[in-house]
Amino acid sequence: MNNWLVILCALIYLCLLFGIAYYAEHRQRRNRSLINNPYVYALSLAVYCTAWTFYGSVGQASVKGIEFLAVYIGPTIMAALFWPVLRKIIRISKTQRINSLADFISTRYGKNFTLAVVVTVLCMIGIIPYIALQLKAISSSMNILSGTGETTGLTGILSDNTFYIALILTAFIILFGTRSIDASEKHEGLVAAVAFESIIKLVAFLAAGIFITYGLFNGFTDIFSKVSDHPEMRHLFSFSGSGSYTTWTGLVILSMLAVVFLPRQFQLAVVENVQEQHLKKAIWLFPLYMLLITLFVLPVAFGGNLLTGGQGVNADTYVLALPLHHGAKALSLFIFIGGFSAATSMIIVETIAISTMMSNNIATPLLLSLRQFRTGGDGQLTGPILNIRRVSILIIITLAFLYDKLVAQHFTLVSIGMVSFAAVSQLAPAMLGGIYWKHASRQGAIASIITGFVIWFYTAVVPSMANAGVIDLSVVEQGPFGLSWLRPLSLFGMEGMDSVTHCLFWSLFFNILVFVSVSLNSRKSAREIYQAEIFVDIFRHSAPGDNNVVWKGTAYLPDLTSLLGNFLGHERAEKIMTGYANRHDIPLDGKKADPRLVTFAEKVLSGVIGSASARIMVSSVTKEEELKINEVIHILRESQQIIELNKELRRKSGELQKASEQLSAVNAQLKDMDVVKDEFLYTVTHELRTPLTSIRALAEIVHDNPDMEDEQRDQFLSGIIKETERLSHLITQVLNLEKYESGRQKLDLQPVLMNQLIQDSIDSVSPLALEKKARIFKHIPDSMFLLRCDPVLLQQVMNNLLSNAIKFVESSTGEIHVSLRPGESELQIVVADNGRGIATELHELIFDKFFQARNQTLQKPTGSGLGLAICKKIVEMHQGKIWVESEEGKGTRFIFTLPEQ
Amino acid sequence: MKKGKELDLSLHYRNNEPEPYSTVHTQKKILVVDDDPYILMSLEFLMKKNGFEVMVARNGTEALEIVEKQVPDIVLLDIMMPDVDGYAICKHIKNNKKLKDAHVVFMSAKSKESDIQKGYDLGASLYVTKPFSTRQLLKQVQELLSA
Repeated sequence: MNNWLVILCALIYLCLLFGIAYYAEHRQRRNRSLINNPYVYALSLAVYCTAWTFYGSVGQASVKGIEFLAVYIGPTIMAALFWPVLRKIIRISKTQRINSLADFISTRYGKNFTLAVVVTVLCMIGIIPYIALQLKAISSSMNILSGTGETTGLTGILSDNTFYIALILTAFIILFGTRSIDASEKHEGLVAAVAFESIIKLVAFLAAGIFITYGLFNGFTDIFSKVSDHPEMRHLFSFSGSGSYTTWTGLVILSMLAVVFLPRQFQLAVVENVQEQHLKKAIWLFPLYMLLITLFVLPVAFGGNLLTGGQGVNADTYVLALPLHHGAKALSLFIFIGGFSAATSMIIVETIAISTMMSNNIATPLLLSLRQFRTGGDGQLTGPILNIRRVSILIIITLAFLYDKLVAQHFTLVSIGMVSFAAVSQLAPAMLGGIYWKHASRQGAIASIITGFVIWFYTAVVPSMANAGVIDLSVVEQGPFGLSWLRPLSLFGMEGMDSVTHCLFWSLFFNILVFVSVSLNSRKSAREIYQAEIFVDIFRHSAPGDNNVVWKGTAYLPDLTSLLGNFLGHERAEKIMTGYANRHDIPLDGKKADPRLVTFAEKVLSGVIGSASARIMVSSVTKEEELKINEVIHILRESQQIIELNKELRRKSGELQKASEQLSAVNAQLKDMDVVKDEFLYTVTHELRTPLTSIRALAEIVHDNPDMEDEQRDQFLSGIIKETERLSHLITQVLNLEKYESGRQKLDLQPVLMNQLIQDSIDSVSPLALEKKARIFKHIPDSMFLLRCDPVLLQQVMNNLLSNAIKFVESSTGEIHVSLRPGESELQIVVADNGRGIATELHELIFDKFFQARNQTLQKPTGSGLGLAICKKIVEMHQGKIWVESEEGKGTRFIFTLPEQ
Repeated sequence: MKKGKELDLSLHYRNNEPEPYSTVHTQKKILVVDDDPYILMSLEFLMKKNGFEVMVARNGTEALEIVEKQVPDIVLLDIMMPDVDGYAICKHIKNNKKLKDAHVVFMSAKSKESDIQKGYDLGASLYVTKPFSTRQLLKQVQELLSA
């Protein structure tokens, strides 16, 4: 394939990355962040999968079979611990404005400068080869595509594609990685680009896997059955050899640590994290991503072995070489871009992470130690610090490039990756100990990292150097000075482990041993005790923007502001300081600065130059007094008490509020009930007055007029009797309703033949109907309907509805239809008439007590006004429903249902 | 307040118009409006017996029809009726030039202060709450008319 085509594709792809990064920053400026999204976050974590995954895992699987999976199982296990572990690290970093791994460790151990330098150096030495490895992957894959040989050494550098790619990448990282002086700010463009690259590499790898598995073979079973025909490859399906399990365990632990402590992982998972909640999705999305990207590793590896006979082709290149060899040119180009994206995303993030450490912990302190910068003016330091970061980026890429050209040819992809993993694992005890163990001390951390680093160097790097011929091979084979127990690959006579596990075991063993023993035996400074408390109990201390202050001394506000101004520009510094003061009600009138302002200024500065440098800068402009340990403890205890007290107060006031809400709800309910009761009483007495009036009037007249005609007297007397009946009926109804509503009326449930009940009701109202010349029709299916209910009460309902119907139909033409309809789980009973009907808006109201009475302009009260209310109550007591369907002038249908239990 | 004012007026009339009790034989017209048949029956009997010319209405509409043609001296008026309520009838009477001198006596089971006040505000001469005594009602009616 044409060399230029390959380069052109790579260039176009890089342009695309620029576009995406630019777009993401554009969105950020408009406050519509692209990366504030759990999926983008999870995808960005997939920066874990580098060119090593893309090319190297196939190479490893072709030789060692399923062993390659270990480095994906480790992160999967770790993902399950994201919520407890990573969330804690994120919370700490956010509240302390931490911007790198070195910053995290040094802040924990009292903002110690030495520690920051040690961590930075370790990361540089450990990671730069790893970056080189990515460059190497890019150049090898280009060479495969264009069919040219590898170039090594520095001759012909100007005709080397990798050189130009490296230059463009440097430009990209500088452009999007050093936008803001505050390194704890998000690099949204970079993160968006990295998330995009994660998609590209996954799709490309799946495409390659599908092509090889289904294009060159007939799927998984085909490949696996062919492999089992080759006895020399059968071992790839299982663990073999005595060391396999230890190797497996070692790799799992190694990768568990790597997925959090590699600088690029820390950068994306912690520094670039927007919301802790995003972790919840990452917990399953990230492992899912790794599952997908490893799905085709075995088939590709085995397929490659089968097709090439394991001869002549480097297994690391199967992914690309096989499609290319079988003529799939476009696909090969796409796969190349996939591998390219895996490599570039790693280079970008790792470089940002390490350059931040380098500039904050080594270069900037050097710069600040120069006298002329200490007294710098308004914003004068912004430029130099950004330039330091830019130069750091350039240095890192250059070192990686040189390493690739001069050293890397002696190693395979995987071994360099493993060595890097082992290097950053040395930070794990200091990190994890730092967030879970209050006794962990600065001396312990420094000693442990250095010890681990030395042993790592001795057991991992020295043998490689010997292989490369840099030092005498006899050191590896016989041990230095002929001391065989010091052989780098079998320290203290430990045999039977592969070199990586061996290195990991001894380095971590001594690392932890030294960490614990030194920590227990060292005196801690007040500041260190304070930081330990904050880190270990972060969830108790992290009221956002906590106001804890561990600072004592004299500081002047102008000094602080101008210190900040040197870095941020005077205007911005002023704004930040007054903003903070206003939020916390700190008076700004006095010249002396409040200790809270000093602490705040230091935190802001940490974001720019790291906590260790910030500490030094702040102490240089203030007059500090040494804090005594008991003072720190006092402050901590006080703040904790305040937090506890606050919590308690909040809880109490919450309870109080709830109680008062409940009270007022009850009160309102009582008031409502009172109103209802008053109204009821008023209506009842009102209803009683009417018949009473008649009775009294009639009786008085009969009494006062003894000379009345007999006929008239009879009329008057029968009136008295009728009105008395009405009165007692009303009283009974009121008492009944009251009984039903209070729940004192128990249902007398018994099997009732509904056919009979309806017939009885019709019979009982037939005299009334006859009187009005209304006809009653019955529509009941032939079968028997048996229901458990209270017959007396239901009879009452039926009588009520029927007599209502009779009351409201015209005499002579009145028709009433009673029907019984079986439903799915209930019986429906309908009483329909052809009376004058009821307006729709009254359909609900007519079931209210005394509705008639209160709306006498609508209907003449001829009953108690309680009939329908009682019907409703009785039906509801039977778990049924009652409603009315009617239109004015078109008759009325009362329907009620009774469930068949 | 209203009640007191009425009383003052009646005293005033009594002084200026020394017409004796006995002029009852020039029959006074009384309209009784109530939707309760027994009350209607009782009051009709009572008033006839005491020398009134009695007209009865079983609802608001009938009452309005009657006052179209006749001018009663006094109206005994129920308030809650299915078609037109007593307040509306009272308003009609008091707004009518020909009728406005007729006394209106409300008879109602509505016993709230606000209901009673509303009755007097509409120009009623009296408001009796049910149940009432027919004997006392008769006396009050006669007093109103003789004033």
